[in-house]
Amino acid sequence: MDRGGGGIMNHLLTTEDLDRATLEELLADADEFSEVLNRPIPKVPALRGKTIATMFFEPSTRTKMSFDKAAKALSADTMAFSASTSSLSKGESLKDTALTVRAMGVDLMVVRHGATGAPWRLAEWLDIPIVNAGDGAHQHPTQALLDCLTIKQRFGSLDGLRIAIVGDIKHSRVARSDIFAMATLGAEVILVGPPTLLPLDTEGWPVKTTTDLDGVLETVDVVYLLRVQLERGGGSVFPSLPEYTARYGMTNERFSRLKDDAIVMHPGPMNRGVEIAHEVADDHRALILAQVTNGVAARMAVLFHLLGGESNE
Amino acid sequence: MNDIVIVGGSVLTVDGIESVDIGITGGKVTEIGKNLDGGSVINASGSWVGPSFVDVHTHLREPGFEWKETIATGTEAAAAGGYGGVVAMPNTDPVTDNAQIAMYVAQRGTQAGFTDVTPAGAITMGRAGDKMSHIDEMWSAGVRMFTDDGDSVADAAVLRLAMEYIANLGGVVAQHAVDADLSRHGFMHEGSVSSLLGMAAIPAEAEEIVIARDLALVRLTGVRYHLQHVATRRGVELVAQAKDDGLPITAEVTPHHLMFDETFVASMDPDYKMMPPLRSASDRDALRAGLVSGVIDVVATDHAPHAPREQEVPFEHAPNGVIGLEWAASVAHEVIGDDQMRFFAAMSQTPAQIASMEGHGEALAVGHDANIVVFNPTTEWTATATRSMSRNAPYLGTTLQGRVLSTILRGDVTYAAEG
Repeated sequence: MDRGGGGIMNHLLTTEDLDRATLEELLADADEFSEVLNRPIPKVPALRGKTIATMFFEPSTRTKMSFDKAAKALSADTMAFSASTSSLSKGESLKDTALTVRAMGVDLMVVRHGATGAPWRLAEWLDIPIVNAGDGAHQHPTQALLDCLTIKQRFGSLDGLRIAIVGDIKHSRVARSDIFAMATLGAEVILVGPPTLLPLDTEGWPVKTTTDLDGVLETVDVVYLLRVQLERGGGSVFPSLPEYTARYGMTNERFSRLKDDAIVMHPGPMNRGVEIAHEVADDHRALILAQVTNGVAARMAVLFHLLGGESNE
Repeated sequence: MNDIVIVGGSVLTVDGIESVDIGITGGKVTEIGKNLDGGSVINASGSWVGPSFVDVHTHLREPGFEWKETIATGTEAAAAGGYGGVVAMPNTDPVTDNAQIAMYVAQRGTQAGFTDVTPAGAITMGRAGDKMSHIDEMWSAGVRMFTDDGDSVADAAVLRLAMEYIANLGGVVAQHAVDADLSRHGFMHEGSVSSLLGMAAIPAEAEEIVIARDLALVRLTGVRYHLQHVATRRGVELVAQAKDDGLPITAEVTPHHLMFDETFVASMDPDYKMMPPLRSASDRDALRAGLVSGVIDVVATDHAPHAPREQEVPFEHAPNGVIGLEWAASVAHEVIGDDQMRFFAAMSQTPAQIASMEGHGEALAVGHDANIVVFNPTTEWTATATRSMSRNAPYLGTTLQGRVLSTILRGDVTYAAEG
């Protein structure tokens, strides 16, 4: 089942086939770029003269801004495409849109699309590196990098850590990316959620699954909360939001039962009071803003590897 | 002297498989015997000769979708696949839910001249699932198969009444058995691959549920029922059980469901997107076994052309379906093996019976229309092009064994392989 296009040296599409050495290298570089971002002038000339296009076929503000900041911190030029203002609404095919933007002189595309596999199609049609910034509920590999960076900065390593990913795993590209990256880096990953929001078949995945958050709560080092997609709430995939919170929310009571050094993470945007209590979100052991900061550094590492690294060409 | 002779083949005649020559004159089989002469000689040495194939499930797209396929291009591809007759599905625009459209489709087929074209009629007006189509006037215009293909008839009461009406005429109800509710948001088989891709998916039970319900309605109404593109192991089991119970049902399987399974969708290439979706390897194995045993009666292509630009999108946005007329016989042969009788039963004789297509699907005999195919079971070839207007073909670039060499429709050679 070769999904193609896997190697970091060509594209970054998925975390499934990233080996440990590649992940470690990206995280080490991201760590260095974190330091750059703390300088008085947070900018290096590594990608001067390169042009990076962000192609967002699905609404996004945060990820797009993060990639934009990462590109600019590497001195690349950026161009932005957004579906709502584009010719897509005029019936142009995805291929023609991609070829058109490429023809303007673009060296790398960052792609987000609501449809699974869209970045793979672009990688097939274009001769430049593609970075998957989220495709459907499939993959969002830079999110996994920033998450692993955040955990590594706190614990020194992911080896032997127990990480619970809690919530709507089934529809989460964040979960699918984190699972493989975290497991490759040595963590034990536990998926927790209501039966309707767990993937149907996880055989062969490097995970355990449970519907019982309280059963694992006191044994884990990281609780990674996923956003409840409110449009799914109430009556379809779980009975109601209060019932979700009662069984799967990081309430103040549950937070008090965590190990002393355990941390809480969330990819944002949060629903305070649903999957995470207001006070927990602001606690120093909730690393949610650190994740956002690390997102810029992690994306710098990816762009640098694909465009500026010595391994290119 | 005959117009054409086919010499040296292994021929399916009314007396069984025989090594004989076939003489064709004036569009009819005029001689069967040894050492025949003819103005034109087709060498069938090492090949199987029998009645040309009949496809009970073809989307020709005309009228309404001529950028995907026309009746002329679709039937040209059919002739290249060894077909002498095809049943055109009614999901055109306008829908074939009345006699005028049915007659138009048949007439366009006649004009093109590659194969006979029998239109299937919709069961409900506009394939909308609620109001009975003009079944009776379409019957009078020659329609014998009724289907809302592309959708199941979801309303059991609507289907029951249509079944009663069609049973009385002697027609066949063909069902696209995929539950609308369970499949509404899905793009692929629900299983290990969909879990990994995070793609909304369709459980195998979506097929099982519709088949089980329909079989109860067949028992109630006595209608002749044809199950389209069965794709699951449980579906095959239900068909076997229904046949044991003596219900008047037949079933088809497509070449793509015989060849591929859900793992091919991991490529996220729209050439593997179809409805019903490619199921698990276990399902595929059951389909293959079912075709060999005869529980699944026939191979039908579900030839579903879509223009290249419609495929230049992510998997989820691509339309359902792949083309298959030119490769179906090769795939059928790969599954069935060297059983020439079973091969022609599945590709020609039983499909012609299901579709009530006269002049087709009969073992060769003097006096019959010369609707004949020459198929070489050992030739290896790699499909690199198609006569269809579309390119949504997962077979392109694949090496297949067994190839159609010639197709003859009432004495006219509609296809002759090069080389």
